[in-house]
Amino acid sequence: MKKKYILNANIVDPANSLNEKGGLIIDEKGNIEAIGKKVNKSNIPTKETFLDVKGKHLFPGIIDMRVFVGEPGFEYKENFKSLSQAALSGGVTSVVTMPNTAPIIDNVSMVDFIKRRGRDKSKINIFPSASLTKNTEGKIMTEFGLLQKKGIVAFTDGLKTIQNSRLMSRIMKSSNDLKTLIMQHAEDINLSKDGLVNEGIISTKLGLQGISDLAEKIIVERDLTLLEEYKCRYHISQISSSKSAELIKQKKKYLNFSCGVSINNLSLNENDIGDFKTFLKLSPPLRTEQDRISLVDALNDNTIDVIVSDHKPEDEEQKRLTFAQSATGASGIETLLSLALELYHNSSVNLETIIAALTFNPAKILKINKGNLKIGNAGDFSIVDINEPWVVKKENLLSKSKNTSIENKKLQGKVKTTFIGGELLFETR
Amino acid sequence: MANLKKFKAIKISQNHLLGIQDLTISDVKIILKIAKAFIKLNRSKTKKVDLLKGKTQINLFFEPSTRTQSSFELAGKRLGADVMTMNIINSALRKGETLIDTAMTLNAMHPDLIVIRHQDSGACNLLSQKVNCAVINAGDGRREHPTQALLDSLTILDRKKKIEGLRVAICGDILHSRVARSNIYLLNMLGAEVNIIAPSTLMPKDVEKLGVNKFSDMKKGLKGCDIVMMLRLQNERMNSSFLSSNREYYEYYGLTYDKLSYAKKDALIMHPGPMNRGIEIDTNLADDINKSVIKEQVELGVAVRMACLKLFCK
Repeated sequence: MKKKYILNANIVDPANSLNEKGGLIIDEKGNIEAIGKKVNKSNIPTKETFLDVKGKHLFPGIIDMRVFVGEPGFEYKENFKSLSQAALSGGVTSVVTMPNTAPIIDNVSMVDFIKRRGRDKSKINIFPSASLTKNTEGKIMTEFGLLQKKGIVAFTDGLKTIQNSRLMSRIMKSSNDLKTLIMQHAEDINLSKDGLVNEGIISTKLGLQGISDLAEKIIVERDLTLLEEYKCRYHISQISSSKSAELIKQKKKYLNFSCGVSINNLSLNENDIGDFKTFLKLSPPLRTEQDRISLVDALNDNTIDVIVSDHKPEDEEQKRLTFAQSATGASGIETLLSLALELYHNSSVNLETIIAALTFNPAKILKINKGNLKIGNAGDFSIVDINEPWVVKKENLLSKSKNTSIENKKLQGKVKTTFIGGELLFETR
Repeated sequence: MANLKKFKAIKISQNHLLGIQDLTISDVKIILKIAKAFIKLNRSKTKKVDLLKGKTQINLFFEPSTRTQSSFELAGKRLGADVMTMNIINSALRKGETLIDTAMTLNAMHPDLIVIRHQDSGACNLLSQKVNCAVINAGDGRREHPTQALLDSLTILDRKKKIEGLRVAICGDILHSRVARSNIYLLNMLGAEVNIIAPSTLMPKDVEKLGVNKFSDMKKGLKGCDIVMMLRLQNERMNSSFLSSNREYYEYYGLTYDKLSYAKKDALIMHPGPMNRGIEIDTNLADDINKSVIKEQVELGVAVRMACLKLFCK
């Protein structure tokens, strides 16, 4: 590989407290050789060709901690190849895949399969998670130790929650012994049973079964109570309400754990469901505007560490049904960064906080050496025009499934190029 | 029926009747006015007119229904339309066909009206996006049942001559009731004061934001009411801990002469049917011709549905 020189970029790398205009040199191996304001036209060899990005932003490759891929079992929704293309177009270079496939990722041979498919078919870094319990049934623990040795970075039942408190306490104890990361989807399924949207005036008006925000808070509260006793690496996959955010803020004063939020819950609210838009049937559900504002505040005061896309591809057939019958979840990996930048443009969150929540923070939680632009690391990054306006159109999405929650939304900020290991893998026209 | 001819020129603001929420007050007044004319027709010797001659009406009922289905069928036939009622139990939907595919199939037969009842809230909205004809909602999940609310208002108007300023109590399983929701919207629109009475387990969250007074004590809720609307209590509510038993429900929320005495002396009792006698209403009270207008509701239901079919048919 030839050396690459990128000049005149606005580099934002929260991991190295870097926010300055400068350049980037990628060595022959695809690793970062030099970065920052020292890299400019005057101190690179004159013979070399360079890429002048003219003030566009350069961000570390995004790590998306909550991605559903259809392989194995639902290849018609998304496979590794289509996921990889979609991710790259959104500046995402690493993903944590959820174990909710068919079959479930709950044993070492499945991990081998996933890693092989991920390596052969995709160009992004795949970090598979495995389930906490066999077949995500919430009964028998999986082999945390053996799975971790095979390269599993986190354990989660993905769409499901460990309901049984005794099992959860044992999971935490084992996890502490083996230093594994647990990621919990917080939902008390007895309380949220048959729920479709946030419980409140919208559920009352639409005549849809509501999901109380208490269903989330109860699990968060229970898990954090257990965590006080059985310390382990614990992460709440995503929260949706001000009640949960407030609780987490208090607990973080003396407990060590982390928390994520879906970009959907940060950017949209229950009113967006309008006339039964099934593409906005999500879990956790979109809640009130007050809840959304609380989540933005929680991101700003570090109560929330991570923003995820909660990318859940569903084919259109599963969404062309009544609200009660339609599938849950939205495709979102390609629009994650652009939608997050909306929070910057409307002055809700500063740019460093957004980029940290997409890169450095997930890397810290997962304990992976990604999401930063340290010298010697693989050149995973994207170049972004944070001001370029564009409109989300289903037909332009690269994911196999087009169930975007923000069809026709006007966004500002577009990924121009994405590099992994110093190699240019995506470029817009 | 020469006076019916002149209605031909009257236009309504919506293409479909999906819910009271979508209607304007002038829409409602037009529907009620025309329905009034049809009451007379229905009481005359020759009940059939040819206002919808040559039009096709398909009734698509996904939920069992006796009175609404027959009411719509009769309404269409009295207007001279060709009415077909789809038997869903034997249809392709049972074989896994989706609602949208069924809609496409029916649409290809060029109907002028589709009347739909479905167990899912919003099903009629989905259908209306996929067909070229008018869609009439005959009840979707727990969201709306607009013709029921319209016939209730017509009944109140017939007896009380006005709605504005009346106090109306709606009592029972509000949480699961589309009848309650449509009535709340319509009665509010027409200027009535609405009291909602239900045990807390059957009260929808934030319902007061719809502009109603909320009560869990029936006697308090009935105080000074001109109209008492009782709702049907589904038996399955007992099995999922909404309520403990029928007899306890009857004790606290069943309408009896004693509880009714808290309402105004001339208060009228309504019920959308079918009734659970001895559970939500005392059986003698239900049949008391001085109090109960339940039979009149059924009668006026046909007239209201005739008006809706006529007005929404293109």
